[in-house]
Amino acid sequence: MLPALTEIILLSLQVSGIALLFSTIIGIPLGAIMGLHRFKGRKLVIALLYTGMGFPPVVVGLFVYILLSRSGFLGSLNWSFIPSLFTPGAMIIAQTIISFPLVAGFTMAAVMGVDPNLRQQVISLGATSRQAVWTVLMEAKVGVMVSIIAGFGGIISEVGAVMLVGGNIEGKTRVLTTAIVLETRKGNFDLALALGGVLLLLSFIANVAMLRLQGKAFDE
Amino acid sequence: MKTETLYSIKDLRKCYEERCILQLQHFEIFRGEILALVGPSGAGKSSLLRMLNFLETPTEGTIEFEGFTYHSGLEAPLEIRRRVTTVFQRPVLLNRSVWDNVAFGLELRGNRDAKGEIHSALEKVGLANLARQRARTLSGGEAQRVALARALVLKPDILLMDEPTANLDPANVTIIEQIAADLNKSSGTTLVLVTHNIFQAKRLAHRISFILEGQLIELGSNHDFFTSPKDLRTKAFIGGEMVY
Ligand SMILES: Nc1ncnc2c1ncn2[C@@H]1O[C@H](COP(=O)(O)OP(=O)(O)OP(=O)(O)O)[C@@H](O)[C@H]1O
Ligand SMILES: [Mg+2]
Repeated sequence: MLPALTEIILLSLQVSGIALLFSTIIGIPLGAIMGLHRFKGRKLVIALLYTGMGFPPVVVGLFVYILLSRSGFLGSLNWSFIPSLFTPGAMIIAQTIISFPLVAGFTMAAVMGVDPNLRQQVISLGATSRQAVWTVLMEAKVGVMVSIIAGFGGIISEVGAVMLVGGNIEGKTRVLTTAIVLETRKGNFDLALALGGVLLLLSFIANVAMLRLQGKAFDE
Repeated sequence: MKTETLYSIKDLRKCYEERCILQLQHFEIFRGEILALVGPSGAGKSSLLRMLNFLETPTEGTIEFEGFTYHSGLEAPLEIRRRVTTVFQRPVLLNRSVWDNVAFGLELRGNRDAKGEIHSALEKVGLANLARQRARTLSGGEAQRVALARALVLKPDILLMDEPTANLDPANVTIIEQIAADLNKSSGTTLVLVTHNIFQAKRLAHRISFILEGQLIELGSNHDFFTSPKDLRTKAFIGGEMVY
């Protein structure tokens, strides 16, 4: 049982970790742009982002399922880099879609919390626009870290989407949350509780890290 | 002083949305001078400095600077922009140490090895003892002096100063004025100084301009500005009759 358990934990971390990496790559620049620039349609994008932040994961799972299925828009293309359903790749796509709005939304809030005059003053000191954006992100770095942790918290404990697009296949797509569902159904409460404990521990670590960073933000 | 034009402003208008707040037909700034801009609150002085620092374009008209013509829709090249810097009316410091704030502009230029310059800039403004303190914990006057130090360390050709002594006590005002005068004399730095304090303008500037509601009302040598102003409104301003 133990090797299987380690495998499940590792797969959970791997899927959510990679999804988080993608979410960060998309979410931080997006949040920075939204926080720093005023453009037509910005309000609409913000409304979409906020909707994304509260979107039910199971519905995201449904969309990804439809897209990736053999007759779906992406599934029918048969491109090798598009993962098939019931693979970790499909789970990563679903979790990325769930968490990038969280990363972008919290990053935007953090960037907007920086004094708007700072960017102009930094440019006056000779910064290129890229250096100026980087400086603002560094000023907001505690908030940006919080956005990454919030993104992680949103997917590590998520069950609906990974269940739909992953299928909870033993040794292939079974992660902590879907394993808990299965073991509970089978009546293996001890195992389900143990898995639940591991998941709680992971969420707890993420939240403590977030609280510590937020505390640091308030201290400064 | 021989006069060589550094900035030449022509038919400039600056508008925010529908409201135009600054209109200058013809206005020149000379290399190596100290030019004071005086005028009541809301006259458009800070807006003019932002354009002289190439942070915002004019809405109409042009600013010529060393063969470069700055106008609407244009971004100034980095090498031009880096010759000018501003000490802002309300400086915003980075959430880092005082030292790191002064080092910042040099780091942007890839210069990470300038301990001597940073230290001497801090010495000049009398803050060497606070180098390790976090900038956010400084008093208003200390923060303003850090803002001056982070500009001085860059050795700009042109230094724009927006009310640099507004938050300071008389002793510090004297120190800052001394630094400004020295900088102009020893390095030939062109200074544009915005001030509400006409006595400060009188002490420091070679030429003084009076701006009122976005219009240039008077521009003259320090001597002429006070002894023979051409416009009645200038007289009223000097005489302290103008309420602002
Ligand atoms: N970004 C902006 N958007 C809209 N209006 C602006 C903006 N910046 C300045 N203004 C307006 O332009 C006018 C001139 O402002 P400016 O800051 O240049 O005045 P000032 O002469 O520096 O005044 P003070 O002595 O109070 O600092 C003001 O009426 C101000 O409200
Ligand atoms: Mg001003």
